[in-house]
Amino acid sequence: MQKKLYGLMAEFDTATDLVDAANRVREAGYTKTDAFSPFPLHEIDEALGIKRSILPVLVFFGGLTGLCLGIGLQVFVHYIDYPLNVGGRPFLSWPAFVPPSYELTILLAGFTAVFGMLFLNGLPRPYHPVFNVPRFALASREKFFLLVEAADPKYDYDETRAFLGELKPQEVFDVEE
Amino acid sequence: MVEGDHSFGTVSDKIGDLALKKRTPFHWYIGFAISFIVAQLLLFSVVVLLARGIGIWGNNQPVGWAFDIINFVWWIGIGHAGTLISAILLLLNQKWRTSINRFAEAMTLFAVACAAMFPLLHTGRPWLAAYWLFPYPNTMGIWPQFRSPLIWDVFAVSTYATISLLFWYVGLIPDFATLRDRAKNKFFKAVYGLLSWGWRGSARHWHRYEIAYLLLAGLSTPLVLSVHSIVSFDFAVSQLPGWHATIFPPYFVAGAIFAGFAMVLILCIPLRILYNMKDFITDTHLVYMGKVMLATGLIVVYGYAMEGFFAWYSAAEYEWFMMKNRIWEGPYWWSYWLLILCNGMSIQLLWFKRFRESAFWLFMISLVVSVGMWLERFVIIVTSLNRDFLPSSWAMYTPTMFDWSMFIGTIGFFFTLLYLFIRFVPIISIFEVRTLLPEANVHGHHQDFEENVVVVEETYDRTDPPNS
Repeated sequence: MQKKLYGLMAEFDTATDLVDAANRVREAGYTKTDAFSPFPLHEIDEALGIKRSILPVLVFFGGLTGLCLGIGLQVFVHYIDYPLNVGGRPFLSWPAFVPPSYELTILLAGFTAVFGMLFLNGLPRPYHPVFNVPRFALASREKFFLLVEAADPKYDYDETRAFLGELKPQEVFDVEE
Repeated sequence: MVEGDHSFGTVSDKIGDLALKKRTPFHWYIGFAISFIVAQLLLFSVVVLLARGIGIWGNNQPVGWAFDIINFVWWIGIGHAGTLISAILLLLNQKWRTSINRFAEAMTLFAVACAAMFPLLHTGRPWLAAYWLFPYPNTMGIWPQFRSPLIWDVFAVSTYATISLLFWYVGLIPDFATLRDRAKNKFFKAVYGLLSWGWRGSARHWHRYEIAYLLLAGLSTPLVLSVHSIVSFDFAVSQLPGWHATIFPPYFVAGAIFAGFAMVLILCIPLRILYNMKDFITDTHLVYMGKVMLATGLIVVYGYAMEGFFAWYSAAEYEWFMMKNRIWEGPYWWSYWLLILCNGMSIQLLWFKRFRESAFWLFMISLVVSVGMWLERFVIIVTSLNRDFLPSSWAMYTPTMFDWSMFIGTIGFFFTLLYLFIRFVPIISIFEVRTLLPEANVHGHHQDFEENVVVVEETYDRTDPPNS
């Protein structure tokens, strides 16, 4: 009895082969696909039809939160909770509040960029079915991999395997669940 | 930017194996042992300080700020080169940053750790500093004074430390994944696996990763400029002649980058020889860093000239007295001329190719500049304070043994952390070096790691794939 499969994975030697193959896979109508490379490849976004991430929007609102927090905190402290007369200067001396607000803006935007990226990527996730392919250890070193998930509507074990074989991969692997 | 015959695999091995496979070299043990012993001086000084109070230091009226703030500014300035290399050069698309950014960022983190100790310990009772420095609602109902540059400093430095740590760690995630996949030892496999957060190099992940990295660079750039500006506000916002100068923020930022590049050179020249990394940290890198040092050094010298000019042109009696006192009439005149010699004269050698292209001379000039930048803060702080408005309170400042032991101790602490970093973490960003290799090109299109994702999207029409 065969184990349940997560999908099929093809290994390629060069980045160009991977991008060419990814284009063919997308044209063939597969949608639940992914590619793995040892460094970022810009062409692959286009080839797999990856949409631009929402991350920059989140970071903008993260920064805005930091700014409001900074201004709110200082106005609360020096204007509402504990007004203190320093040399007759106004309680709402906003120019002095700029540096901390500025720093908090950057701090919260930075947190959003990093943790937002990890969250959207679904990390941390120490286990993933792709790690079941022994050769996949090379994905962080020098090889390129293309994955078609079994969950893809167009997926059919024999047909997809034959199709991936046509793309001139080094080898096609079954990815066990 | 990469020399020698390298492929994705050899790059990964050459850098990764330093942490993973190679025997720890003998010089590592020696260097670590010396640094660790010197770091004990810091421990000793801190224990005595907490037991007996800051009276063990030489600070006294009128020089109430001395070694603690000199060392604070010196260390935090050194950190700035790391952020400049990792963020500003990334945005400016300078590819040569790739092989030096990792350890320059590590240097930033450790330098900021050393810097933060000084103001915290200068409070004398750092366990109480939490409510002095951070605005948390406490039972006493008191808040920090947000109109004070010292509180701006708290926000600037803590944000700087946090963002630098995030930037460094994000850059490390894919490299930790490389080490995880290559480690044979189960324990290290697990540790690097945890540190990599299960990174698997998925195209979707890389897409968001690059956006996040670019955004962090964009956020760090104004941050790094703001941090040393705010540090300079500690002086510039006060009323003291010699401190109260509008040129301070840009002049401090340039000085910070100057000192930082000197430290990067001091660290990377021995590193590339001891660890045989000349393929990645090439002679071209050293020349570029030498040029940055020359440029920022000249800005700093311009700052010195303007300080003098303002003092004279303002026709303010106290300003002019301070400047005369600093340069020739005061007891610390020698420190000013030593500063000019170290920061102004020594870098003029960098105009000449012969010195710029010699690792030995770059190393020597960097050592001299590091001393010079320390002297700069000494001159600004001590010569301005020791002759204040009231002649009856004029006094000399002499550092005590504990001033020195704490300063030297932080140098030991810095190198201890650096040695641990060299041993356990890839010292060069492996995945970014891969993008520099010709094999990384798809159909001859260069893989700019720095390139904005938007640009790539616009080059292709979705309905007409480039490879059909």
